[in-house]
Amino acid sequence: MQADPKGVLTGVHFMDGDHAACEGALAAGCRLVAGYPITPSTEVVERFAARIPTVGGVFIQMEDELAASIAIQGGVWGGQKVMSVSSGPGISLMMEHLGYAFITETPSVWVDVQRGGPSTGLPTQPAQGDMMQVKWGSHGDYEVIALSPNSPQECFDLMVKAFNLAETWRVPVFLMMDEVVGHMTERVEIPSADKIEVVERKWTPKKPGDYKPYETTPDDPVPYMTKAGDGHRIHVTGLTHDERGYPAMTVAAQDKLIRRLVNKIRDNADKLVDIREDGVEDADIVVVSYGITSRVAMAAVEQARAKGLKVGHLRMVICWPFPAKRIKELAKKVKAFVVPEINLGQMALEVERHVAGTAKVLHVDHAGGTVHEPGVILEKIMEAAR
Amino acid sequence: MSEEMGLELEMDLERECALENPVLPYLRQDRIPHIWCPGCGIGTTVNCFARALTESGMDMDEIAIVSGIGCTGRVAGYLNLDSFHTTHGRAIPFATGLKLANPKLKVVVYSGDGDLSAIGGNHLMHAARRNMDLMVVCVNNFTYGMTGGQVAPTTPIGPTQTTMPFGNFENSFNLPALAQACGAVYVARWTVYHVRQLAKAMKEGLQKKGFVFIEALSPCPTLFSRRNRLGDGVDQVKYYKERSIVKNGADPKDVGLTYQGDIVVGKFVDRDRPTWMDSMNEHFTKVLGSKYTPYGVENGQD
Repeated sequence: MQADPKGVLTGVHFMDGDHAACEGALAAGCRLVAGYPITPSTEVVERFAARIPTVGGVFIQMEDELAASIAIQGGVWGGQKVMSVSSGPGISLMMEHLGYAFITETPSVWVDVQRGGPSTGLPTQPAQGDMMQVKWGSHGDYEVIALSPNSPQECFDLMVKAFNLAETWRVPVFLMMDEVVGHMTERVEIPSADKIEVVERKWTPKKPGDYKPYETTPDDPVPYMTKAGDGHRIHVTGLTHDERGYPAMTVAAQDKLIRRLVNKIRDNADKLVDIREDGVEDADIVVVSYGITSRVAMAAVEQARAKGLKVGHLRMVICWPFPAKRIKELAKKVKAFVVPEINLGQMALEVERHVAGTAKVLHVDHAGGTVHEPGVILEKIMEAAR
Repeated sequence: MSEEMGLELEMDLERECALENPVLPYLRQDRIPHIWCPGCGIGTTVNCFARALTESGMDMDEIAIVSGIGCTGRVAGYLNLDSFHTTHGRAIPFATGLKLANPKLKVVVYSGDGDLSAIGGNHLMHAARRNMDLMVVCVNNFTYGMTGGQVAPTTPIGPTQTTMPFGNFENSFNLPALAQACGAVYVARWTVYHVRQLAKAMKEGLQKKGFVFIEALSPCPTLFSRRNRLGDGVDQVKYYKERSIVKNGADPKDVGLTYQGDIVVGKFVDRDRPTWMDSMNEHFTKVLGSKYTPYGVENGQD
């Protein structure tokens, strides 16, 4: 369906990434945000707090990130589209509720404007150090979808996409920004509402009594939803549960539920993967990047090409699920992968895991605080070419 | 007797029970038996809650119940309402989000003392401060039952707990005083001996607008009483009967509990102030004028 025009600030703007992310959420139909201030993400919720009274919805600043990350889930079961926004230390606090959103299949958008870590780290400076945390940070087996914008325009576009994916798959979806993308100001074009495709919640057509909140079919692993107050008298629990949503403390129930939840994403990875390739087909070396680093990487790739090297660029717009199939295919053809990222080796490990020794994987690491110099990436490309 | 006849008789019996026991329509009967121990008081509080639901005359489709983790955290799962069993300590913020998203709902938080006042203590304070329109029922059994009887913020000085093996030496919370100081508009304490009063308080709580806090003292025979040689559940209820002093309107600061000492029970606070949502609507209407459409009002008339 089309976006509700009330939330869409159609026009051409000069806007930073945090504000653009907020506009993306409003355009996608987000009408309830619970947040807690933390640099460098606060501008997202500040803008929401200013915008929502006249759009029609609620913002509440909670007492901490634990509260924010569960209040949004109450919001979902009350019928709203929701988001919470944070950065490293707050994301760490939200990890338990990430698991709750996953096991209860509560469609929700989580924004992580990444800063240098661990702990308080570098509050005002960028990093890409939470990539593995959002994938593995909550306990037990789970899957998320994580999108990685590299510009304010993409903060808008990918935020809309994040909401749509959350509703389609009923999983927590992360928008993995970073301090630079969040604070850089660029042209942001917001289309008219009728040009913005919005996925509506998968409401059950069934009447009370006929409806089982976690019933699925072999063809469709995503159950239909309802909300509190609609008469379905649902039970939702973080315990392992059966189709009725009732606790089911058996090995068989655990196996059935957790495999279904995880396989929603794993079996559909091909549909979800979103990569942008540039000159990859005949490349000897492929630079794999994401987020803000993809812009620096592109500069390095161009410099390497000017030196006559056959270098391709593969940018992950969606990092989780990981484009494993494509990396495996390329591994058979290329000499090396070069993976720049603002951490000491996270997505590079994932590249290595899928390349599995078939080609070299060179990591261009960075402990955080700023973006790479293109020259550092270029050096690694040259090293890979030797 | 044929199998069919037997089944029919059984169904008749079930129907009769359903007619006789007014609580049954409020329970998810396919989830019974419950997990609570013999002599535990949580089920008694649920009976009181069911009675309050009946007497309130409210539409059960418009009441949602939210629990945290622990023995009392299982209450949500047994009630035939929209029910949410959330994470440890976070029932109140979940309920906050639920209420804000769908203001027509009456949202009840039903959980234990450890869940609400230890791990969830911060949320209790802030929801009371905001006067969020929620009714909180706190079943206080002075211990962590589900995990085997550890010291809680409500454990009085003296009794032995697994993590206070030589007797508790920590001061405990006076929960009504905490709720009142933070801004709750309705604060009451009863015990599971006081079933009529507890049911009445719950009914008043359901009808009250704003942050309601009801403490229900309840025995944990398995882990609190037995370890401290206090007898069984009945002995604890006898203690409640003998040592409770009804003082409606008592200043909550004077109702702190001691180990097996006097228990002041009653309705301590019943006052009015604007809820969070009323305050938001009033403020935005004042500062934004016609640009603002009051939130939840339309929903409230659904």
